[in-house]
Amino acid sequence: MAAISIKDVSKVYNGGVTAVSAVSIDIADGEFIVLVGPSGCGKSTLLRMVAGLETISQGEVAIGPRVVNDVDPADRDIAMVFQNYALYPHMTVYENLAYGLKNRRTPKAEIDARVAETARMLELQPYLERKPRALSGGQRQRVAMGRAIVRKPSAFLFDEPLSNLDAKLRVSMRGEIKRLQRRVGTTSIYVTHDQLEAMTLADRLVVLSGGRIEQIGRPLDVYHRPATTFVASFIGSPAMNLVSGEVHGGKLALGPALIDLGATVPTQGTVTVGLRAEDLRLHPEGEGSLPFRVDYVEELGAQRLVHGLVGDQPLVAAVSSENPLPATVSLSITPSRLHFFDSASGRRIDRPGDDRPETLAGGLPALEAAAS
Amino acid sequence: MKRVQFSSPYLPYLFLAPQMAIIFVFFYWPSVQAIQSSFYLEDPFGFGSTFVGLSNYSDALGSAQYQAIARFTVVFTALVTFLSLGIGMLLAVKADAVLKGSAAYKTLLIWVYAIAPPVAGLMGMMFFDQHIGPLVKFAALFGWDMKVGLNYNDTAIAMIIVSVWKQIPYNFIFILSGLQSIPASVREAAAIDCRSGTRRFWTMTLPLLAPTAFFLLVINMTYALFDTFGVIDVMVKDKAANNPITLVYKVYMDGFRGNDLGGSSAQSVILMIVVFVLTIFQFRFIERRVHYN
Repeated sequence: MAAISIKDVSKVYNGGVTAVSAVSIDIADGEFIVLVGPSGCGKSTLLRMVAGLETISQGEVAIGPRVVNDVDPADRDIAMVFQNYALYPHMTVYENLAYGLKNRRTPKAEIDARVAETARMLELQPYLERKPRALSGGQRQRVAMGRAIVRKPSAFLFDEPLSNLDAKLRVSMRGEIKRLQRRVGTTSIYVTHDQLEAMTLADRLVVLSGGRIEQIGRPLDVYHRPATTFVASFIGSPAMNLVSGEVHGGKLALGPALIDLGATVPTQGTVTVGLRAEDLRLHPEGEGSLPFRVDYVEELGAQRLVHGLVGDQPLVAAVSSENPLPATVSLSITPSRLHFFDSASGRRIDRPGDDRPETLAGGLPALEAAAS
Repeated sequence: MKRVQFSSPYLPYLFLAPQMAIIFVFFYWPSVQAIQSSFYLEDPFGFGSTFVGLSNYSDALGSAQYQAIARFTVVFTALVTFLSLGIGMLLAVKADAVLKGSAAYKTLLIWVYAIAPPVAGLMGMMFFDQHIGPLVKFAALFGWDMKVGLNYNDTAIAMIIVSVWKQIPYNFIFILSGLQSIPASVREAAAIDCRSGTRRFWTMTLPLLAPTAFFLLVINMTYALFDTFGVIDVMVKDKAANNPITLVYKVYMDGFRGNDLGGSSAQSVILMIVVFVLTIFQFRFIERRVHYN
C-alpha cells in the first residue's frame, strides 16, 4: 500500500497532440480515486502512465516514496484491471491468478494459499480449473479482479472495468469492487466515463476534460459545488440546467422572470446560472416565479422529467410522478440553490456562505458508513 | 452448426461434384495409378509390363543409395522446417516491436516470397557461385573453400540455406498476423505480471501463437519434402551425381531420367505413406497441445 503522487504530468504524442497537460493529483494511501470525463479527455492515458504502459512526456509519477517514471511496469508494484478483462486465454483461472506470483518467484505453498484466499473472497473456487472462455462475463470480471488482488500490490489501477457488462451486472459489480477495496484497503485509481459509477465509487473524483483537471473533490462536493460549467453539465443526471441570466442589484433576471436573491449577491451583470433539475419545484401557473412552457415529459417511474422553456432557454425539471401535472405550470427555486458561473470563463462564482451546504455536511458521513 | 435442408437428397452431392471431380482427377486417380504401377516392371520403351509384386519396394528400400537419400531427406526436412520457422518467428517478433517505419520493414521481409522457386534456386546458385558468389567469398574469409555442386556437404548447406531463405517470408507473414491477433491488453497485462521479455515470450506469446505455429509446421514440412524440388533441381543442374538430393527428386530422377516407372512409383507410394503417417502424428500428438481461442 502506498500513496501516489502525480506531479505536473503531461503526455505529448509524436504528432504533437497533447493528451494530458500538467496534471497534478495527490492520492492518499488507501484512497479510492476516480478519474472521470468524456472519451478523449486523457483519463486512460493518465492511468496508463501511472501503470507504465505509456511513457511520461513531462512531470513525475511517484508510487510511495519512489519516482517510477523509468521503472518497468512489472516493477511498479501495481496491478491493473482492463476493460476487456485481458485474461490469459490459454491458462486456467488458477494459472491466471498464479501467473504474476510465479514470475515473482513466490514459493509454491504461498501461491496456493493466496490463490485459495482470493478465490474464496471472489467466490471463484468452483471455477479454478476452467479456462476463461468457459466463464460468463461477470465471472471473467471477477477473475480479472482476483488477478489484481492476489498480488497484494501497492495500488490497483482500473481501466473502465465494468463497461463490458450489462447494466444489472454493472451495478452489482460496482458494489463488489467498492466492498473489496474497503476490505483490502489498497490505493486505487479507477477510470470511467460513467458519472454515476464515478459518484458511487469514489472517495474523491477527478473530473477531466481536454487533458486538464476541471475539478478534484469528494463526490458530493463536486455535485453540489461544481467548479466549472463543464463539471456542472457532466456530473449529475439529468445534467444541470445552464441558462444565461443577468444580476442587477439583489435580483436575477432569468428570461421574463425576476428572482430575488436576498443578501447573497455574488456578482453583477451577465452570468451563467446553473439550476439542478431536482431543485426546481413545479406549481400551477402564476404561483412560481418562473413561467414555464412544457415541451414534453419523460416518465422514469419514481420521477418525471419535464422538459420545457423559460423564455427561450430550455430547462429540465425533475419532479415526483405522484402528483398530477397541471396543464400550465410555473417553476420556483430556493435562491441559495442557484449556481453562478462566469459567462466567459465558465468558472464558478462563489457566494459568501455557500462553501458548505447543509446537505453536504449531513450526506457524506452517511455514505462512508454505508460503504464500510 | 447450421443444418440446411435440401429438397432432394442428391442435390448436395451435385454441389460437391466439381470439387470431387478435381480431387479425383488430380489426386485419387494418379495415386491409384502409382500404386498399381509400383507392382509392375515397365519396359522403358512402353512395350508392356511385367508383374513383379513387391520387388520394386524391396529394391528401393534395400538400396544403400536410397537409404542415404532418405537420411539426407530427414535431416534436410528437419533443418529447413526448424530454421525457417525459427528465423521467421524471430523476425516477426522483432518486426512487431518496431514502431517507426514498420511498414517498409515488413514489406522488405515479405518480398522474397514473391520469387518463384526456380528463380530462387538460380539466385541461390549465384550467391554460391565459385567465382562471383558473395557467400563463397564470405566463407573464404574463414578459410572455408566452399565448392557448391562438387562437395556433398557444401552443396547440402547451400541447398538448406536457399530453401530456408525462400520459406522465411511465408512464415513471417503468418506469424506476424498471429502476433497481431493477440489483444494488446493481454500483452499489457503480461507486461505488468512478468518483467522478463523472454519469459513472456515463452509463457504468453508462444502458447497464443500455437495454432499458427502448428499450421506452419505442417505446411513447412510439406514444403521441405516436396516444394524444394525447384531449388534442388537448379542446384544440382539435373545431374545429381555425388550431390545430395531428397526423395522427391529421386522419384523424378528414376522415373523421368532413368525411365524406371515402376521403381519410381514404388518410391512415391513410400513417400505418400510417410506423409500420411506424419500428418496423423501431427494431428494426434501435437495438435492436442494447441490451444484454439
